[in-house]
Amino acid sequence: MIKIKNLHVEVEGTKILKGIDLDVNAGETHAIMGPNGSGKSTLAQVLAGHEDYEVTQGSVDYLGNDLLDMDVDERACEGVFLAFQYPVELPGVNNTYFLKSALNAHRKYRGESEIDAMDFMELISDKIKLLNLKESLLKRPVNEGFSGGEKKRNEIFQMAVLEPKLALLDETDSGLDIDALRVVSNGVNAMRNEENATIVVTHYQRLLNYIIPDFVHVLVDGKIIRSGNKDLAIELEEKGYDKIIEGIKT
Amino acid sequence: MKQDSETEMLKEYAEQDYKYGFVTDIESETLPPGLNEDVIRFISKKKDEPEWLTDWRLKAYSIWKKMEEPHWANIDYDPIDYQAISYYSAPKNLSDGPKSLDEVDPELIETYNKLGIPLEEQEVLAGVAVDAVFDSMSVATTFRERLAEKGVIFCPISEAVKDHPELVKKYLGSVIPRNDNYFAALNSAVFTDGSFCYIPPGTKCPMELSTYFRINEQNTGQFERTLIIADKGAYVSYLEGCTAPKRDENQLHAAVVELVTLDDAEIKYSTVQNWYPGDKEGKGGIYNFVTKRGACRGNSSKITWTQVETGSSITWKYPSCVLHGDNSKGEFYSVALSALKQQADTGTKMIHIGKNTKSTIISKGISAEKGQNTYRGQVMINKSATGARNYSQCDSLLIGEECGAHTFPYLDIKNKKSHIEHEASTSKIGEDQIYYCKQRGISEEDAINLIVNGFCKEVFKELPMEFAVEAQRLLEVSLEGSVG
Repeated sequence: MIKIKNLHVEVEGTKILKGIDLDVNAGETHAIMGPNGSGKSTLAQVLAGHEDYEVTQGSVDYLGNDLLDMDVDERACEGVFLAFQYPVELPGVNNTYFLKSALNAHRKYRGESEIDAMDFMELISDKIKLLNLKESLLKRPVNEGFSGGEKKRNEIFQMAVLEPKLALLDETDSGLDIDALRVVSNGVNAMRNEENATIVVTHYQRLLNYIIPDFVHVLVDGKIIRSGNKDLAIELEEKGYDKIIEGIKT
Repeated sequence: MKQDSETEMLKEYAEQDYKYGFVTDIESETLPPGLNEDVIRFISKKKDEPEWLTDWRLKAYSIWKKMEEPHWANIDYDPIDYQAISYYSAPKNLSDGPKSLDEVDPELIETYNKLGIPLEEQEVLAGVAVDAVFDSMSVATTFRERLAEKGVIFCPISEAVKDHPELVKKYLGSVIPRNDNYFAALNSAVFTDGSFCYIPPGTKCPMELSTYFRINEQNTGQFERTLIIADKGAYVSYLEGCTAPKRDENQLHAAVVELVTLDDAEIKYSTVQNWYPGDKEGKGGIYNFVTKRGACRGNSSKITWTQVETGSSITWKYPSCVLHGDNSKGEFYSVALSALKQQADTGTKMIHIGKNTKSTIISKGISAEKGQNTYRGQVMINKSATGARNYSQCDSLLIGEECGAHTFPYLDIKNKKSHIEHEASTSKIGEDQIYYCKQRGISEEDAINLIVNGFCKEVFKELPMEFAVEAQRLLEVSLEGSVG
């Protein structure tokens, strides 16, 4: 689905990613783990197309297309979804209306007609149950006055409605209590199938008890220093990042 | 509605052609530039006015001569040469206009299309000579008949001067006296036409007076005069303006609108203004210096001003309410957009005189490109206004780096048993907000529209439904290309 080759990224002249290689196939879930400042979130943002991140080398092939050549909204319509670490507030913009606009933008991109109002209401009432979100949040402005947990659940709710091919979850577990973590993970798991893929960016192994990855990659100082299966996450949690880094060096 | 508009247009033109004669030499019907007493007498005579009105105009002129153009507003423009303006020109013969839409500026047509204005209406707006469809004449007649059945008087003010002199004499200048301000004095001296509306006691006007105005407005020219009276227990909703930009060769506009409500009466006055804003350098746009004021004379009466201002190069406008009657209410809902190099200094005055009077002010200013947007509002609570309440909310939204937003709220409270609340905010459409929308698949332009519409929602909901939709589309078109 996505092939990242020798990806180098700078932010305001500072090198953050220093040669990332990563292949993710449909049906797979990959976890990117690493200490703070290792470049995990940068990887998620650069794939989504944030313009502050400058790609200086390397390529990203997404379903046979050059991902880096696409604008942010085009990537989104092609099925790339980023669940934000810090979801943005949109005062005055009704959550339902926002979601409908987003869904219709996707449909328009695919050459489909706008969704029927009744069908849309049915769709969101299905999905909202999945995330155990209060219906009242649908009528509120996007993310405004939401608690930290509500914001994160709202991200996954949007993801459930938009049904992306490639989901990027950026520290989705931060700020969630254990119950909310379970709800969010169940939501993500319910969406996993053979057609889509997920990249989970996280600092802690905790989330990976619920969203069980097929592969785990350890990102340190802009490079993937080790890759393995889900057991690597447990090893990391036990030993800490320092030990793993040392192990590599020696 | 389209048929109405065509018919009314044609009727207006037909009447004028009749009045001034088809064979009259056009030249002789247009006064050379300049303003003096003879010019005012000429206008008054052309309109076949009674002596009292001629004198009323002359008095206004002598007041105006002694006044100075105000410069306290936060606007900047080249000096206006009042002697370089022609104060009377006969209505244009239709054959002078473009023969078809092909002859009209393509940019204007493009805007019409974006706003979804039907072709026939485009022709009327662009001043194309349209053929008479006599068949639709009956529609307009029915329209007038329906109003007349209810006793509603609705006609050009020049007609009202002749047919209902007692009403005009009683109310003209009673809310906005001739010496109120420079532009009101000028208007009083030289106004050419406008609308007159009287709703008799206990009558709810059977329709929104909007369709009519969209047409009627064509002839009102640059010094327009409107007078609306709602007698005891009457109700009327009036919509002025049009979302479509119109051709207009007059740069200076100085209109006066007076509203009067007696006991338990209500007037809802809504404006959508989209005059030519000028180019990117701010050249050529309309200067709009308007005085609008309503007097809630009766107890428990109510006046609501709702405005969506997106056009003009300069906007100087403060629709106000004087709350004389006990328990009367004044409301002001405004969206003002300044893009390109537009400057808007707009707001309201709420003067509380009666007991338990209430006022609400919701102002939404949007600045983009090099636009400058100023909210200027005054809440005055007189000694007599025990139990008065005011709620004001002034929000500004900035799009881009070169625009500006300013807020000047004045509060003048002379009664301790009153209650006022003021809230204000300034926000910017952030790059992070646009990025977030785009990451969900929404294009940059749609993202801005979403955020702007969210910002204006409280005002749009006060507009009659169909105009709320049009106003929303108008903002979208006005903001097109202002971000990038």
